[in-house]
Amino acid sequence: MTDTLTVDGLTVHYATREGALQALRDVALDVPAGQIVGIVGESGCGKSTLINALLQLMPENARIAAGSVRLEGEELVGAAQRRLRDMRGRDISVVFQDPMTSLNPVLTIGRQMRDIQYREPCDRAEKLRRAAAMLGRVGLPDPQARLDAYPHELSGGQRQRVAIAMAVLMRPKLLIADEPTTALDATLEVQIIELLKELQREIGCAILFISHHLGVIAELCDRVVVMYAGEAVEEGPVADVFLHPSHPYTAKLIECDPGRMKTRAKLLPAIPGDLPDLTAPPEGCIFRDRCDKATDLCRTKPNPVAVNGTHWARCHYAAEYGA
Amino acid sequence: MTAPILTLRDVVVEFPALRGLKAMMAPRNARHVQALSGISLDVARGETLAIVGESGSGKTTLARAINGLLPLAGGEIWFNDMALHQRPDWHAIRRQMAMMFQDPVGSLSPRKTVRELVLEPFAIHGQDVGNPSQTAQRLLEDAGLNADFLNRYPHQLSGGQARRVGVARALALNPAMVLADEPTAGLDVSVQGEILNLLNGIKAEHGLTTIIITHNLNILRHIADRIAVMYLGRIVEIGPVTQIMEQPRHPYTAALMSANPEPDPTTRRARIILSGETPALTARPSGCEFHPRCPVARADCGSQIPELTKAGPRAVSCHYPISENT
Amino acid sequence: MMRQFRHSLLGRLLADPMAVFALTIIIGLVVVAIFADAISPHDHTLMNLADRFAPPSTTYWLGTDNLGRDTFSRLAQGSRIALYVALVAVSISGMIGLILGMIAGFGPRWLDNLLLFIFDTLRAYPTIILALALAALLPRGLSTVIIVVVITSFSEYGRVVRTQTLSLKNAEFILAERAMGASPARMVFHHILPNVLGPFFILAAMNLPVVITIEAGMSFLGIGVPPGTPSWGATLKDGFDYIRNTPWIIIAGGLPLILVTLGFTFLGEALRDQLDPKLRKSR
Repeated sequence: MTDTLTVDGLTVHYATREGALQALRDVALDVPAGQIVGIVGESGCGKSTLINALLQLMPENARIAAGSVRLEGEELVGAAQRRLRDMRGRDISVVFQDPMTSLNPVLTIGRQMRDIQYREPCDRAEKLRRAAAMLGRVGLPDPQARLDAYPHELSGGQRQRVAIAMAVLMRPKLLIADEPTTALDATLEVQIIELLKELQREIGCAILFISHHLGVIAELCDRVVVMYAGEAVEEGPVADVFLHPSHPYTAKLIECDPGRMKTRAKLLPAIPGDLPDLTAPPEGCIFRDRCDKATDLCRTKPNPVAVNGTHWARCHYAAEYGA
Repeated sequence: MTAPILTLRDVVVEFPALRGLKAMMAPRNARHVQALSGISLDVARGETLAIVGESGSGKTTLARAINGLLPLAGGEIWFNDMALHQRPDWHAIRRQMAMMFQDPVGSLSPRKTVRELVLEPFAIHGQDVGNPSQTAQRLLEDAGLNADFLNRYPHQLSGGQARRVGVARALALNPAMVLADEPTAGLDVSVQGEILNLLNGIKAEHGLTTIIITHNLNILRHIADRIAVMYLGRIVEIGPVTQIMEQPRHPYTAALMSANPEPDPTTRRARIILSGETPALTARPSGCEFHPRCPVARADCGSQIPELTKAGPRAVSCHYPISENT
Repeated sequence: MMRQFRHSLLGRLLADPMAVFALTIIIGLVVVAIFADAISPHDHTLMNLADRFAPPSTTYWLGTDNLGRDTFSRLAQGSRIALYVALVAVSISGMIGLILGMIAGFGPRWLDNLLLFIFDTLRAYPTIILALALAALLPRGLSTVIIVVVITSFSEYGRVVRTQTLSLKNAEFILAERAMGASPARMVFHHILPNVLGPFFILAAMNLPVVITIEAGMSFLGIGVPPGTPSWGATLKDGFDYIRNTPWIIIAGGLPLILVTLGFTFLGEALRDQLDPKLRKSR
């Protein structure tokens, strides 16, 4: 099977007063066609930098120091601005965490959905018809009337549905979902997860789903990439990674989720320590400082170690832990 | 059983629905919407009550009403035998009732050092600090931070560290009760556990009464003794934590508990997916507020408001609660 | 030590060429004002009728005016007046604006509405009309200039401070202080004040040159300083009368005004860039 998205050796630096902040270091990941790949990580792991790099929309002080991002084989790093603009919204689209900020507050939903289709050769009525059909598809009641509504007239859940409808309207090859359910209540979250699953099956696009919520990832994704302090530390099929975590960080993260424990815990687990300073990342394994299994070997940089099939972890002892 | 430390009877909080001229022209009952409509509750000394609900359920409003940050439109609140609904001495009450807010960093005054922040409660209440440096250090250490943090500013703290400073401030004057609004909001999973352990430890040590407002269902069974589930300004179900989580009787509680995605890919629970969203306060449905979304609603649910009916240690407000053997 | 300095406000300002330019001019102005007597080559009141309308030369660096007074010496003395009016007027109107603004922002709604009405009324009133009206009522002199500036500009501080206070009033940390039992005075002076001072000082720095031009403008119109006072505006007026034959008087009189206005404006902008975290590029 071909990969929709291939990221290889991606390294991104931010220029700061303290020197170069190495926000992403040698990140590699693949999103196979028609699959949902989850990225899980805590604050500071580099999720937002990764999204910016995938879209080639980097802040002024950011620089791609190395690596490549390919969409169906086409290189995006260093591609012409014109070509990138052409691809954004059509081949790659994004659903953000807060739809209130990603929708334009002064334009109607219909106008905004018409605008995304500006490349289409059809007339205005046809564009609105397509927009209404998509709004109906994402489960918005009375889609025809919603075309004339402004974003603030909709509830939070409805706005997120509109944002999703806009993102999939052009049937993109890759949909990036950046914590799309974090701002929503639990009962809405499950509605949105169901919706994304259905849309993926219908449209057949690949989805890169970013979340810090392990439960959501486990439920929705085929594969998962675990990120820590700017590195991808483990990747594999969801069931493999969650049942046999092979990187100590993944194992700790899963252990920390209080939803996992069905009886009252006297002492909840946590990961002591802080993220390393990314302007001067430590030599060797990035998780070494906080890892209770670290040995002298961890002072050297671990390479990805295959655990089982496509499941790998960037840990010298991956094979032992994963067993 | 000892007398409860906090008692609420039919508490009503209203928000203005209209402003200016429109408000003057509108009929009296249309000028306000009820954010809390008749909350009754007893909190026993030393227990931890978690109030759960989704946005718009009124859980934050409830916490603020108890602390006097919002005025009551009706009902009574008793705290340690003081009537909070009758113009009480809030200055004295707030010494015994500390509150923690959602945003760990944003709830700390940005231009104050950690040292100033943890010593402030003493200044506010004219309390003798003793040796300020020692006191500040002791308070920080109790909250799990070392003295290195004394001279930092809030923006130099991580979420977890700021939350610990918030805990140190709340506990500085040994309050009888702590109200914590979303104590785990904005914290990573790896830090969340430490903060909850800290709260649990303090509670055990000081016999503190705690009310925790949260939408994080995963943490409930690790911190709460009882939980109250709120929907649209009312308590729909209340009772001991394991009973409510494992055998919910209100259909909304059941849907809420089943909605929580599980990190274990091998377990797939039967899930109740609700249609629609919580209605706005201005469009409160008739009868039982939950009936338009309720999967088991019957004809009379739309006309009759159910009472919160007590059965043993728990209470539910539903005409047709889920029976225990199904 | 070095690292700390680079992160301090002054350190950051010195890294900004615009701010360095501004600071150079302002320090120059202050030095001239302090040592005005020492650096003046002539007595600024001395009328040397033989040397009327003298062009710039080694004796009279910037020439002389219609009464034969040395323009450079008059401008040096004028810097004292400019600085005095600017500092006194900005301090007074700033204090009034700061206090009223915080009261409006933090106090009850009706008081806010009342103060806002006063602010807006005063803002809407053209400075020059008010200046003319007051000049008719009050004796000529620097205090009249100061009163005009205070009346027309305190509302600007009041509005900015009110907006800041209003947004801080609902910030979670103020709510946290309230829930802790803090008094309104503590909330305002300990927690709101330190957070409004940044924007307040930026506005004050931006307003200093405005005040200097108001003083010069009023003196130019003959409703400012009494005759004979070496204000920059008065020098401009003197030069304006003889602009055809001896343009150097008005050019020399305008130069310090332009430089000082630029200096304070650049400083204000540099301060704003450095103090406003949203405009700063990285933490």
